[in-house]
Amino acid sequence: MTATASPKPDVIVIGGGLHGCSAALHLSMRGVRVLVLEKDHVARHASGVNAGGVRQLGRHVAEVPLTVASMALWHGIRDLVDDDCGFESHGQIKVAETEAELETVRARVAELGALGFTHEEVIGQDELRSLVPAIADHCVGALVSRGDGAAIPFRTTFAFRRKAIALGARFQEGGTVTRLARQGGMWTVETADGNRFEAPVVVNAAGAWADRIAAQVGEPVPLEVIAPMLMITARVAPFIKPVVGATGRTLSFKQFPNGTVLIGGGLLGRAVRDENRTELDFSQVSVNARTVWDLFPCMRGATIVRSWAGIEARMPDQIPVIGPSGTEPDLYHSFGFSAHGFQLGPIVGRITADLITAGSTDLPIAPFRIGRFAA
Amino acid sequence: MSPPKSNFDFDIAVVGAGPAGLAAAALAASKGASVVLLDEQVEPGGQIYRAVTETPVRDRKVLGPDYWHGAELLGPLRDSGAVHWSGTTVWSVARPREDAPDGSRPIQIGLSRNGAASMLTVRHVILATGALERPFPIPGWTLPGVLGAGAAQVLLKTSGLVPSGATVMAGSGPLLWLLAWQYLQAGARIDAILDTTPKQNWRAALPMLPGFLRSPYLGKGMKLMLDVRRKLTVIGNVTALRAEGGLAGGGTLKSVVYTRNGTEHRLPADTLLLHQGVIPNLNLANATGCAQRWDEQQRCWRPTTDEWGATSVEGVSLAGDGAGIGGARAAEEAGRLAALDALHRLGRIGREQRDQSAAPVRAALDRALTGRAFLDTLYTPAEAFRVPADDTIVCRCEEITAGAVREAVRLGCSGPNQAKSFLRCGMGPCQGRLCGPTVTEVIAAERNVSPAEVGYYRLRPPVKPITLAELAALPKTDADIDAVFKH
Repeated sequence: MTATASPKPDVIVIGGGLHGCSAALHLSMRGVRVLVLEKDHVARHASGVNAGGVRQLGRHVAEVPLTVASMALWHGIRDLVDDDCGFESHGQIKVAETEAELETVRARVAELGALGFTHEEVIGQDELRSLVPAIADHCVGALVSRGDGAAIPFRTTFAFRRKAIALGARFQEGGTVTRLARQGGMWTVETADGNRFEAPVVVNAAGAWADRIAAQVGEPVPLEVIAPMLMITARVAPFIKPVVGATGRTLSFKQFPNGTVLIGGGLLGRAVRDENRTELDFSQVSVNARTVWDLFPCMRGATIVRSWAGIEARMPDQIPVIGPSGTEPDLYHSFGFSAHGFQLGPIVGRITADLITAGSTDLPIAPFRIGRFAA
Repeated sequence: MSPPKSNFDFDIAVVGAGPAGLAAAALAASKGASVVLLDEQVEPGGQIYRAVTETPVRDRKVLGPDYWHGAELLGPLRDSGAVHWSGTTVWSVARPREDAPDGSRPIQIGLSRNGAASMLTVRHVILATGALERPFPIPGWTLPGVLGAGAAQVLLKTSGLVPSGATVMAGSGPLLWLLAWQYLQAGARIDAILDTTPKQNWRAALPMLPGFLRSPYLGKGMKLMLDVRRKLTVIGNVTALRAEGGLAGGGTLKSVVYTRNGTEHRLPADTLLLHQGVIPNLNLANATGCAQRWDEQQRCWRPTTDEWGATSVEGVSLAGDGAGIGGARAAEEAGRLAALDALHRLGRIGREQRDQSAAPVRAALDRALTGRAFLDTLYTPAEAFRVPADDTIVCRCEEITAGAVREAVRLGCSGPNQAKSFLRCGMGPCQGRLCGPTVTEVIAAERNVSPAEVGYYRLRPPVKPITLAELAALPKTDADIDAVFKH
């Protein structure tokens, strides 16, 4: 069966997560005809169920130029996608529980300063208390990025999809890509539901399934499938505005405007990738709960109403793959965001569009080349 | 009572001490398996036999002989050696790991008891989680004074409480009549019953009447309905309902507005009891990953099971109304079948012994289910009460209206899970119990497809809320667990 929809797209994006939708949006803004192929439905996996942190704070140095550029897009997100995406900017804070941890964050700020970035700063105990009055007494200070915040993941991804569609992009949901082949300057993409699509350019934004796409073109990557867990509490009276993490342990902690508190931080359950299924590991959820017990005494009586995990991809060096394929022309990768790709969504879509329409981008993406894993 | 192998390891866990769970636990333990019966309530009985050992309602004719049958299930349980942990909330059942290093396939159960969380290891679990009331969303159903008839019945059984002031009952289904009858026996005041059973249901149900004529419930049901109709005002053919408070947009319930033959009427009311049947309480099975299917006749989701109650998840069985509504007597027999199959799977009895023992149980089950199709068809709730108008709240926890769900569909949300992510409906403390069926039906109607195509929420543990403190203190070692359970 051949898809009858016409005209033929200029670009096929594989994967309807935030990165696929963002690439589709930026390409559509430039008049490129885009078709997004999504095996389930848009935002079904990591993009719909992550913690929603919009965070420059504490990122890998290679990601800092991208995260800063993306933050500028976030602060104008309504202009970009006609929806505020639930984005609120009350800062992100990484708490230091000991003097040694505080030393580490001071060194971090010095390192960024030397590179010309000033968005992170160290604060002492007094300012920490004024920003987060509920923090436990033993915390000595923190690293803070005041422009950071959080958004609503599913709503954000849907907004990108809606705007891309308004600009002419098409979305085909419910069919897994089974085959990818290039002949005579044209890609052929086949899906499990019997469809076949053609386009001169393909973007691989297939998240936890992206290694299978890459392998189709002789470009295997060491992608690990992970299932970071989150939990949410019943409503409590509003008590905190910024998103709080920790320096010495894993935590992502924030309160929604409706009073519920989201607790995460990347502790892992198990992903069963072929069944779109995750299983929680309550011994690890318990570790997360213990961290909150220690840092926010007021939360000890809070009720946990739900926990879950999304399926994501992690690369061995904890940074994503962004850029052209190393083996095939007219193929671009955008995957492996290693549990922190949400904030990068707006900019990486623009970068991918730059690469496709202009052949280059003004942001430094060399550290993310796929070839770094080649033996 | 024979002690289990350790304080936290059993062959079989049975979740829920209603008729299915009581019968399953007693039978499995009587054949030598180590069995733990886990139940939230202090006393066994489930909802149907709730408080059967200690209800203050001592006059047996108030609750009726069917209720007191529950007491007969308790002796066998006591004699079987099954361990009964009352006051225990099960919040998670994890399917066996495919990748356990030693090849064993234990099932981990997360539970809370005496204010402490713990993990239990078993080799088979029988979920006997019963039914819950089908949501009955009408304008004003969130006002104080409006409650489910089932909740009201719980108050009667556990505390002997009946509503005071003007009381109106509204809805459809056998339980509504039973509660009305029980209230009459208890001397309570009921001003009116507003029957919402659609007229055309009778026509649809008529072909199934011969089956129902052989039902053991027929005689009892007729007597009960005649009794109620003789003593109470029953207003039939009610097609629309609204609860109104004393203040504009709120306050406590003051009146019930209903439509009959196209005309609106108003009744003063201090209490409105709503009921339109029960549906399987499948939250735990769903969160465990058991496959489920849409049952068109009962208009609800039910977990997929084989004739023994085995689900799609290895080592997890279902028995009773949690697998599809069949009533208390059917639940009891289904519990026995699930127990026999579990014993067989654990190698305690052979296939032949299982099948032989099952034959009379299966016959009793069939008898108990006779006439069920007639009841299901007759009491299918009207579409107006399953698919409410735009301004009716469907998700009470997050205060999401049917209109908001329809708007989400127009924005591209094709099913309950997308709507959940988009609107937060179904994400409150009740975990979709009060909105799930309605959200499915609203989306299906809006998209003009069947509920089967729209699907249901993917539910997540903890299926019952637990505190952060409990979770933080989850014992890590056997010794920790023993310490928790000995105090």
